[in-house]
Amino acid sequence: MIKNRLGNLAYQLVALLLAFGVVSLILISVDASPSEAYKNIFKGSFGEMRKFAEVLVAFVPLLLVTAGLLVTFSSGLWNIGVEGQVVLGAIATTWVYRLLLESGLPPVAIITLAILGGMVGGAIWAALAGILKVFGGVNEIFGGLGLNFVATALTIYLIFGPWKRPGVASMSGTVPFPDEFSLPLWAGLRISPWALVIALAGVVFVYFLLQGTYFGLRLKAVGKNFRAAYLLGIPTWQYSMYSFLICGALAGAAGAVQVAAVYHRLIPSISSGYGYLGLMVAMLINYQALWAVPVALFFAALNIGSIQLPIIMKLDSSLSGVLQGVLVLFVLLAAGVRQKFGRKS
Amino acid sequence: MNVELKNIHKHFGTVYANKGINLNIPAGTIQGILGENGAGKSTLMKILSGFIQADPGGEIILDGSPVIIHSPADAIHDGIGMLHQDPLDFPPMRILDNFLLGQSGGLFPNRNAVALDFKRLADQFDFSLDPDSYVDALTVGERQQLEIIRLLWMGARVLILDEPTTGISSLQKAKLFATLKILAEQGKTIIFVSHKLEDVEHLCHQVAVLRAGEMVGETRTPYVTSKLVEMMFGKAITLGARQPGEAGDVVISMKDISLEDVRLRIKNVNLDIRAGEVIGLAGMEGSGQGMFIRACAGLVRPVGGRIQLKGQDLTGKTYHTFKRAGVNFLPAARLEEGLVPGLSLTDHFVLAEEPKGLFIDHAAGQKLAEERIRSFNIRGAPHSPVESLSGGNQQRAELALLQSPLSLVLLEHPTRGLDIESVIYIWSKLKERCKQGASIIFISSDLEEVLQYSDRVLVFFSGKVSEPLDAGRTTVEELGQLIGGKGWADMGEAHD
Repeated sequence: MIKNRLGNLAYQLVALLLAFGVVSLILISVDASPSEAYKNIFKGSFGEMRKFAEVLVAFVPLLLVTAGLLVTFSSGLWNIGVEGQVVLGAIATTWVYRLLLESGLPPVAIITLAILGGMVGGAIWAALAGILKVFGGVNEIFGGLGLNFVATALTIYLIFGPWKRPGVASMSGTVPFPDEFSLPLWAGLRISPWALVIALAGVVFVYFLLQGTYFGLRLKAVGKNFRAAYLLGIPTWQYSMYSFLICGALAGAAGAVQVAAVYHRLIPSISSGYGYLGLMVAMLINYQALWAVPVALFFAALNIGSIQLPIIMKLDSSLSGVLQGVLVLFVLLAAGVRQKFGRKS
Repeated sequence: MNVELKNIHKHFGTVYANKGINLNIPAGTIQGILGENGAGKSTLMKILSGFIQADPGGEIILDGSPVIIHSPADAIHDGIGMLHQDPLDFPPMRILDNFLLGQSGGLFPNRNAVALDFKRLADQFDFSLDPDSYVDALTVGERQQLEIIRLLWMGARVLILDEPTTGISSLQKAKLFATLKILAEQGKTIIFVSHKLEDVEHLCHQVAVLRAGEMVGETRTPYVTSKLVEMMFGKAITLGARQPGEAGDVVISMKDISLEDVRLRIKNVNLDIRAGEVIGLAGMEGSGQGMFIRACAGLVRPVGGRIQLKGQDLTGKTYHTFKRAGVNFLPAARLEEGLVPGLSLTDHFVLAEEPKGLFIDHAAGQKLAEERIRSFNIRGAPHSPVESLSGGNQQRAELALLQSPLSLVLLEHPTRGLDIESVIYIWSKLKERCKQGASIIFISSDLEEVLQYSDRVLVFFSGKVSEPLDAGRTTVEELGQLIGGKGWADMGEAHD
């Protein structure tokens, strides 16, 4: 077992080196220095406390989404719809805020209800994908993709329609709510310790769910062999639905945090692609919850650090996306090579 | 075309599916290939039609010249076409498009010319196929007809048919036989693979019988049925005295059960099974026994009749209700249906237990697994993934998953592919269950196993179900005849 793990790690290290190698070649081909680019990414993410706080701001939703996806992947589902579930979390949270801002309830209660509302919103959106899958026979990839577009359209409709700012509706989003209704931030930084707590709680919850509970074991059985799981007496489609609901709730929490701690309003690109990025992280860590924290942090750092590139080196900040994508491809490739190699020996 | 097979060997791992097969089929002959499941018929035909390659050393000789066949495309190029039991067509497409698919070359097929060819061929054999209708709408028999003219159109001079009379009407069967006879007269070579003695006797000019991968005999018309049966199943060897169980109260009671799927229809089965009783189901694969055992598990819903388990009416209930009522089903496809690849033995044992609380007690799970591994003699560790176990050990693991107490155990091929030691061990475990009051229904293609371990035997043939036969007074020969579709009329009370 241990030898197996070490072998796995070695393959992934090779994949990591290859990914950096390919990206370096791309940089060289445009006459940029790879080492300088990596240095700038590093400085842009870990160089100062303020920048590291930005990394954490990106880390929180990414970790929540990844945690949720670990659940759906365990049950054998490709929940592409996670992006839309983040958006619906944000919409539901904004809706709860709008309902309760004038209610006179203490801010703590309103914040709590808003975040819970976001989780419910995400879960409902995931349930739609689940219902389409279980009762309609629509593959969750197609259903989820469709619902993502609907979610984006819904956001735009709300921002420019019923929830528009008094006077002029604009792409800058709905009216921001007062500061006392947002999750408290660390002094001088943009990161809320509460958001971090929510994200870490999410991943710990998923870790124990998958490692320690009957529920998690049954979920894995459903994911690995639907038919045998049914014959073993597991109510299979119900478990598929549960996993959609859990993932949706966690994605919804990510959307809720975006509203309650980062933007204080609903904006058009509220999820910023964290859903899709989370899919990459989940694939990269081979569905092991323990690795979610370091890898999500690494990806968040790449995203934030690369913001510096256009300013300092006149490179496009999408370089981080290239690096992330190439990395995932190489890790998957390494797994494939390993499997083939292992079968032969 | 003359077809000659010389010294064909094929092994999968340590098992020989074909061992030194020699066969000579002159042009214009209808050659029957007989044998029970797993005798090596399909392997041999797949070698001839290019789906798999034989081990080096053998030869395929067509009209005197040796050929090497790497793929089905090669085979059809050499004039060999195979008609599979499940026709390899494309149901959502039109008949004519299906017809065109195998054609090589040409970006734009000449549909009109092809439609004419199609009509000419169809008329020749009196097939009424509309080239513009969709394949989904066809019966199995019509799909077969489509496939035959498609292969002929592509230039097949040797036609291999794998169990072609399963699932088609008697009218279509008569038409098929007439067609095959015309083709033989035209000098085509027909290879007819079947387990149905009557069909083979009726149609074939000569018959080769395979058993356990070897050619055990060749004979020509006129045939002696008992001789064919003996060649197919071998001489009866007794495995020692049978040990009939003590029958108790009725456990499961079936009244007028009728079952249907696209191929088969089983009508009005009545059966009461008592505690401790073992019922063996015999028959060629696909004769209805699989559907029957799944109906007993609640996985197939009967279209008529009632099922009662210890007085509780379970008709139309789900598999999970059956399971809660004490019915367990162990499918033949261990890694596809029985076990979850990727999960360990411990995981499986934990899954099969009733959950105690929310969290899994990993230490207790480990202990449980060690205990089961010991008592079921499984070669594997608690953390071993099930797919790493050998077939025999996977089967033992499945048995170790049976819940307690149990009313009814349903098993599909419980000992298929296992060594004799495992077979004896597994049956000793199953007999223990009988002593505790469970009944067993099992499917096996090993007739000696069926007679050895059953109290009563049901034979299935094309959806027909025999009356329960007393295993103590039935012989392998008798079963073999029934399985091959002979002697049903004599049974009188048999269901149609």
